[in-house]
Amino acid sequence: MDYVATGSNVKVLAKAIHSLSRIGEELYFESTGRWLALRTVNSSRSAFACFHLCPLFFQRFHTPQGDSFRCKMPIKSVQAVFKSLSSLEKTVEKCRIEWKPEQSQLTFTLHCKMCSVLGLLKTHNLSFQDCESLQAVFDKERSPNVLRAQPRLLVDTVLHFPPSLEEVTLSVTSDRMWLKNHVEDESDQSQAMMTELYLSSEEFEDFVVTLANQHHFCLKELSAPTAPPPDDFMCDAHGLIPHCYGTSEIAGPSTQINQPPRSTHAPTPPNHRLFSCFSLSSSQFRSLFFGSVLPTPSQGTSQTLQGQDVLASDSEDEGSP
Amino acid sequence: MKFRSKMIDVGCLNHFTRVVNTITKLNKTCVLRLTPDNLYFVLSGKVANGGVSMWCELLQVNFFDEYQIEGVSPDANEICLEVAPENLSRALKTAQNAKSVKIKLTKKHCPCLTLAAELPSLSSVSRVVTHDIPVDVIPRRLWHDYKEPSMPDFDVSIYLPPLKTMKNVVDRMKNLSNFLVIEANLSGEMNLKIETDLVSVTTHFKDLGNPPWGDDASQSRSQSRDPAAMAHARLDIKKLLQFLMGQQVNPSKAMCNIVHKRIVHLIFLHEDVSLQYFIPAVA
Repeated sequence: MDYVATGSNVKVLAKAIHSLSRIGEELYFESTGRWLALRTVNSSRSAFACFHLCPLFFQRFHTPQGDSFRCKMPIKSVQAVFKSLSSLEKTVEKCRIEWKPEQSQLTFTLHCKMCSVLGLLKTHNLSFQDCESLQAVFDKERSPNVLRAQPRLLVDTVLHFPPSLEEVTLSVTSDRMWLKNHVEDESDQSQAMMTELYLSSEEFEDFVVTLANQHHFCLKELSAPTAPPPDDFMCDAHGLIPHCYGTSEIAGPSTQINQPPRSTHAPTPPNHRLFSCFSLSSSQFRSLFFGSVLPTPSQGTSQTLQGQDVLASDSEDEGSP
Repeated sequence: MKFRSKMIDVGCLNHFTRVVNTITKLNKTCVLRLTPDNLYFVLSGKVANGGVSMWCELLQVNFFDEYQIEGVSPDANEICLEVAPENLSRALKTAQNAKSVKIKLTKKHCPCLTLAAELPSLSSVSRVVTHDIPVDVIPRRLWHDYKEPSMPDFDVSIYLPPLKTMKNVVDRMKNLSNFLVIEANLSGEMNLKIETDLVSVTTHFKDLGNPPWGDDASQSRSQSRDPAAMAHARLDIKKLLQFLMGQQVNPSKAMCNIVHKRIVHLIFLHEDVSLQYFIPAVA
């Protein structure tokens, strides 16, 4: 496997990796003949993000016939390859990623331009671990709610909340979307400033709400795709359209905590999901957030919550996003 | 108790925000007094503040297009709230290009100052961001703590040197000593001095000018005073620096009154805002 990205796409690649580092600690690589996927999931399995890079993104996209390849490594190691974003654009002409299965390494080679005739090659050999395909099980088609907007809208929205803020509640009704900060602790409520922002449906490119509901989730993860990297995605690649799909497949009681429990045996994330997807002309970024849905008055408490382990599916089929 | 107000002018909004940002840099909490004509941000000199006190007065008509207040009672038509200025600062920060900003007193889970900004949007319907800032209502019996400070019986009053210069000087001095002596006379001369075992540094300023207070009491006092005689006070350098660094705009007038060995009273005047800061002297 041998991929080469050139020019401004090197910076896009770097930003993708930095963006993913805000969510998870391990970077999952997966490659088929059709694309290269960079994925991550956070430690509590409540947020998932994925970049799909198509062959068009690369100058060279060589996957050995019939070979698909999968590995994971600490995201910090990969970040170290693309250290300084500002100097990347000026100095790096080309980035080559090669898979070296014999040494269990992925080799990143940066070709740097210098003033003189002699170039500079920076080679990073990163050891990887074998892994299973990291998938999020989510059916876009079954989402009762679909919101699509320009990324600027998301960026402007997130700005009103302090970066240190932990949790937000996203609510939708047929003509509006609300975002407000969520304070769990009783005592905090009297101290904390509560911020609420609402956007009318007219601000979205698509606003289809068939099920009015609310989600809690962690703001840091929502802002990962909206923090500086995607702003530049707008400049570097046209057609960046974030889509937000909200679903509540089984409306359960909202007694669960906002972050799924950390112990491995405990029930897993609630199956109420918010899925957002950003498309670029030559690549795609998707992220998935889990949150708890707050009950509407009509829901009884007798409904039981059906938990399912929605991540770490073994499926190799990229049928569902 | 009722309070409703609205700002629609961008310039007023920016100016108000800068004032709030200045207050934010001075202390974590302060008292906001609302009267029919004015808003006051007050810090009373308590041990917790290190004895510094502050009085910031804004003329409401110069900021708000709408302003309605119903105070605690008809004879005490004002409202006194304790608030964290940082919250107000944060709420105002993202509202700088708002079409309008409404500030009102509300009761949510606790008494709040609610700031609602109507923001420009991509559609015909505006975006509205609302911030509920929790406040504590200060009962009338404690209002005496937050009265307008009286002008101290100063020995010398002098105009300050340019703010930027003074900030730089004091900032460098803080690395050498924790205390600074400020001294001035009625001939427009001011010195900033620090002294340690190893080093003493003095910065001299001349031709600053002395404000003509024209008040009977101080005039007679200043007439009898030797114009070259210095009045001085020794201050905690951090307190002076904190005040100087917090200033967001150059004031149109900046003055300093010194009560010999007792207190330094700084007065910054802008068009619509006046700010007074009292720093007690240390031994």
